[in-house]
Amino acid sequence: MAILRACGLRKEYGRGTGLVRAVDHVDLDVEAGETVAIVGPSGCGKSTLLHLLGGLERPTGGELRLADRRIDRMSETELARLRRQAIGFVFQAFQLVDELTALENVELPALLAGAGPRVARRRAVELLERVGLADRAAHLPAALSGGQRQRVAVARALVGRPYVVLADEPTGNLDSAATTEVLRLFAALRADGQTLLLVTHESRVAATADRVITMRDGALVGQTNLAGAGGGLGAFAGLEG
Amino acid sequence: MQDVVLALLAKEPSHGYELRARLQEALGPMGDALNAGQVYVTLTRLEKAGLVTAEHVGQAHRPDRKVYALTADGRRRVDAWLADLTWGKPSEFHLKLVAAAAARLADPVDLVEAQRRELLRRLADVQRAALIEPDGSAAALLIEGITLRLEADLRWLDACARHWDRKG
Repeated sequence: MAILRACGLRKEYGRGTGLVRAVDHVDLDVEAGETVAIVGPSGCGKSTLLHLLGGLERPTGGELRLADRRIDRMSETELARLRRQAIGFVFQAFQLVDELTALENVELPALLAGAGPRVARRRAVELLERVGLADRAAHLPAALSGGQRQRVAVARALVGRPYVVLADEPTGNLDSAATTEVLRLFAALRADGQTLLLVTHESRVAATADRVITMRDGALVGQTNLAGAGGGLGAFAGLEG
Repeated sequence: MQDVVLALLAKEPSHGYELRARLQEALGPMGDALNAGQVYVTLTRLEKAGLVTAEHVGQAHRPDRKVYALTADGRRRVDAWLADLTWGKPSEFHLKLVAAAAARLADPVDLVEAQRRELLRRLADVQRAALIEPDGSAAALLIEGITLRLEADLRWLDACARHWDRKG
């Protein structure tokens, strides 16, 4: 079943000759448990698409459904609640609150969503353990490495048990080792059945997805299926020649 | 070399001198090292293999020249080469795109897309291995090298797609 479904989704800016179709009639189904990567040159509209899918921006037209609920026409209040509970966001620049510890950063959205302090704390502790950072709970973001900060951000994204986690260039600020760290975490989440949609310009990140969708000039123009792909280590042999 | 020469002949019968000029044009400074002998040796081998036929054409005031044309077997070999996703040197893939476009054998953008999918699948296999390999092992270092190469190749394929998209 498609957990996230976009139908003829559009986002336009300006009008007349200045009209820009940032997202141009996008049809997209993301199945529950699937990891989907959207790739494309900068300015192709992939970040705008992610913002539409997550209810951060409103579409100009088209339909958007999350777990069978129309979300493109929701009121601001409903949409805000949806963003806190049903969707998890991970950003390139982590966007952690500098003054709060790792644990407090993770529990904050739960508290904002109305969870009691004890419930929120228990959930945050559990998630920091899940991302392998139980021993960093009391650290401020500044005392964490880039990879650790992004793992805290992933834990925060999971706090409301979202239907889908949307990640915008999640490894864009990370070096190679930290990228591997975050990709390992994503792989573990996928094994747990978490649905994940990521936008990236890094082919190595895209290559960890089940499906890679190419976007150009606001439209989805191609798709590569990678689920259970390839000839395993045979791929190595071809490179040695 | 054999495949490239065959693909260039798919457009129209031609002679060695012209084939060399077309290769040099496509390769630019990288074609400087290409000598006429290489093209003629290749043509002779292709003729022996039955992939091209040669016809002597008389010229006024100059010696005859040999004009080469593709046979049906030669044509089949060209089609197989275009469909082959083996990834070698950038120059070989570049010449494949140039030849395919010149003879209208295939849309270069489609060839780039097929190759891109293939490399992405390889990168997916490599990443699967990378994520379970312990950090700091000798194999992790090898995996990193292969990953970096595939990433560079995929970036170049994006550039190929943009170039041929504009031309098409």
